[in-house]
Amino acid sequence: MIPSPAKFGETQAVRRRRREERVARAAFGVMALVLVVPLVLIVSHLVAQAFPLLSWDFLTTNPVAGMRKGGVWSALLGTIWLVGVSLAVAAPIGVLTAVYLNEYAGDTWLTRIIHLAVVNLAGVPSIVHALFGLGAFVIFAHLGRSILAASLTLAIMTLPVIIASTKEALASVPNSFREACWNVGATRWQTIRGIVLPNSISGILTGVILQVSRAAGETAPIMFTGAVFYKKIEAGNPFAYGLKDQCMALSMHLYTVTTQVPDVPHALPYAIAVVLLGTTLLVNATSIALRVYLRSRKKW
Amino acid sequence: MEPPHERVKKIEVQGLRVAFGPKEVIHGISFDVYQNEILAVIGPAQSAKSSMLRCLNRTDIYDLRRKIGMVAPMPVGLPLSIYDNVAFAPRAAGIRSKSELDGLVERCLRQAALWDEVKERLDGLGTKLSGGQQQRLTIARALSHQPEVLCLDEFSIAIDPVTTMRIEDVVKELRHEITVILVTNLVQQARRLADRTMFLWNGDIIEIDESDVIFSETPRSRKTYEYVNGIFG
Repeated sequence: MIPSPAKFGETQAVRRRRREERVARAAFGVMALVLVVPLVLIVSHLVAQAFPLLSWDFLTTNPVAGMRKGGVWSALLGTIWLVGVSLAVAAPIGVLTAVYLNEYAGDTWLTRIIHLAVVNLAGVPSIVHALFGLGAFVIFAHLGRSILAASLTLAIMTLPVIIASTKEALASVPNSFREACWNVGATRWQTIRGIVLPNSISGILTGVILQVSRAAGETAPIMFTGAVFYKKIEAGNPFAYGLKDQCMALSMHLYTVTTQVPDVPHALPYAIAVVLLGTTLLVNATSIALRVYLRSRKKW
Repeated sequence: MEPPHERVKKIEVQGLRVAFGPKEVIHGISFDVYQNEILAVIGPAQSAKSSMLRCLNRTDIYDLRRKIGMVAPMPVGLPLSIYDNVAFAPRAAGIRSKSELDGLVERCLRQAALWDEVKERLDGLGTKLSGGQQQRLTIARALSHQPEVLCLDEFSIAIDPVTTMRIEDVVKELRHEITVILVTNLVQQARRLADRTMFLWNGDIIEIDESDVIFSETPRSRKTYEYVNGIFG
């Protein structure tokens, strides 16, 4: 006969431990849920308010009638350009820097200064980045207010986070793998290319892509460096902007429509917010899908 | 056993000192390693056995590393296929021909007594093998760049006794082709395998001699006798 658990003396201490376990579990669960609630509320509220305006045409037509009617095409395309160009600059520089710091550089005073710079740069408010971009790119480098200048400013802003997240991903590859490669005479680069990068690429890409949503949402850095109040471009042409052009951007568009333009239809700001949120959610979803795919190929 | 004067010196170590910061852990030791011998290095924990081994395989000299095969205490299957694990070093050294790589992979896996177990699944992941298999894979990889000296650092601490015995047989076979330096904390393993044995203690060589002498009733040092017979250590 199997003795019932009670026979093993379910003492008061055991019962208390179980109760504590249940309470802890419930507390952590509720906290996690609390986090989800605002997100659901925000998204559902936005979508409900924006609903009358949401359509495919809203995405593909320019704003008209003093931005009170029409769509968000020029702002959406501007955001895509700004984010795309800034990533094209920041991702390679950031990843290569992180590879250097994590795989090549020893612990010297110079690398410590670089670390310090990276950490501090990550903490600089975006408006300060904006002023730096204005001084360095718009005025000093004679780029003028342009997509290029604004993208470079965004790149400077996202760079430290890309470096930090890439370093993290590289550091998660066990050192024993590296030593095993070095011990058979492989050079550092052969080790990085053959073992380290393939096994950290999911983390690296996730870190880089998450910066997209940050760059897309920022208003301050682009306000002085390349984004404009209003601009009409050819509808449906993804290359309607050039690097030297100024552009509209969703974040700035939302700001101007809510604060600078009178008599705007109630649903318009909500609709712009939904497009901005949708864009970043789409990018984040891509990053999650990519991570799941790459994780499934992870080999240890 | 050949008399010492006929042997070819493979490695000559003169006055090796190692310090980590201000703490010197190896106090100037000298010894030779002869071709085609198994030299065991025994000694209690913290006697700088592994540090000594690492010095032989200086981490910043690629040419030297290609002459030495290194097997660490914990098996390391690289996150690659079994084939690629072994082919990694030859590829890094510039060998591209498929037939040449195939031959090399098979030879190394055979030498490491792993071939029969994995020949059907060479494209399976090296990291999915059992611990003992991974350690033999590590040995196969260490042989893949055709080193002249194979260093084994306590290869058996993470694997079961049966696999340990298999690998010991592998090591005995390998002696005919290359030189083996075997760091071990198992005194009996040194006795089973080694032609000569070095007793390292606190960063000094207490004694280095034929294993027959070290494990006899009358080694030169009293300390050796006591360590080997488990009286201290």
